[in-house]
Amino acid sequence: MVQYIRSGFDASFAALSDATRRGVLEQLGRADASITDLAEKFHMTLTGMKKHVGVLEQAGFVTTEKVGRVRTCKLGLRRLEEEAAWIERYRQVWDARFDELDTIVEELKRKEKVGGRKKRQ
Amino acid sequence: MDARRDSEPTPMKDRTTVERKSERELVVTRTFNAPARIVFEAWTKPELLKRWWAPKSTGVSLLSCEADVRVGGKYRLEFGHGASKPMAFFGKYIEVTPHSRLVWTNEESDDGAVTTVIFEEKGGKTLLVMHELYSSKEALDAAIAGMEGGMPETFAQLDELLATLGASAGPS
Repeated sequence: MVQYIRSGFDASFAALSDATRRGVLEQLGRADASITDLAEKFHMTLTGMKKHVGVLEQAGFVTTEKVGRVRTCKLGLRRLEEEAAWIERYRQVWDARFDELDTIVEELKRKEKVGGRKKRQ
Repeated sequence: MDARRDSEPTPMKDRTTVERKSERELVVTRTFNAPARIVFEAWTKPELLKRWWAPKSTGVSLLSCEADVRVGGKYRLEFGHGASKPMAFFGKYIEVTPHSRLVWTNEESDDGAVTTVIFEEKGGKTLLVMHELYSSKEALDAAIAGMEGGMPETFAQLDELLATLGASAGPS
């Protein structure tokens, strides 16, 4: 898990180390765009922009979808997925704690009963 | 899985739920089959607290547990995790209302969370609701990012950038 997350970091930083790619993310934060739009906006060849988008896509920052002849780019779900995964692990920690707490609570309940009505136990 | 934030149809069934309620708040819930005074006791007596706070399945062991549960009283729990150096979790209690409310601060960092635990008794059972309120969205994001003992600073940079990308990329 740690390793998975670490390699995720590496991909993220490689992806974000480039000013054009950061610009592309900013752009997609405002609106989805086709690779052609992006190439024009950043004064680049289509091939150059495809490469940048590919790097962003691999790092999970961007998803692309081809509709007809146009490939549309939008911001990826990576952050949301990471957060959901974290919340699930956090939940598991508390769930495990609370299972132990359940045991103790049962124990305290038994003790209270014994203390409260000794003769019936 | 069921970690998605918008899919919590039946949260209550001896099951723990966790939800990011807002940009800076996490809420944990669970129902216990006992009156509030018993559940409260298990949170406020250190000798009981230490028996459940670090279950084996979490991979950490509790090295020490001090909890002076009264207003202004301090707590300090130290954990070991394999060979890495122990981690401490510490702060102080700022509200202690028997059987219903417990509030403590976390002082490991300047922007530590404030935790409020509410014990709500109903029909002999207790619904426990724990709110963890962080000082800012960034502080909670960092807590989430830092769980692997990772790189909070680099994450902060990443978050800064992502924060400029508009609500569609953000978690809320």
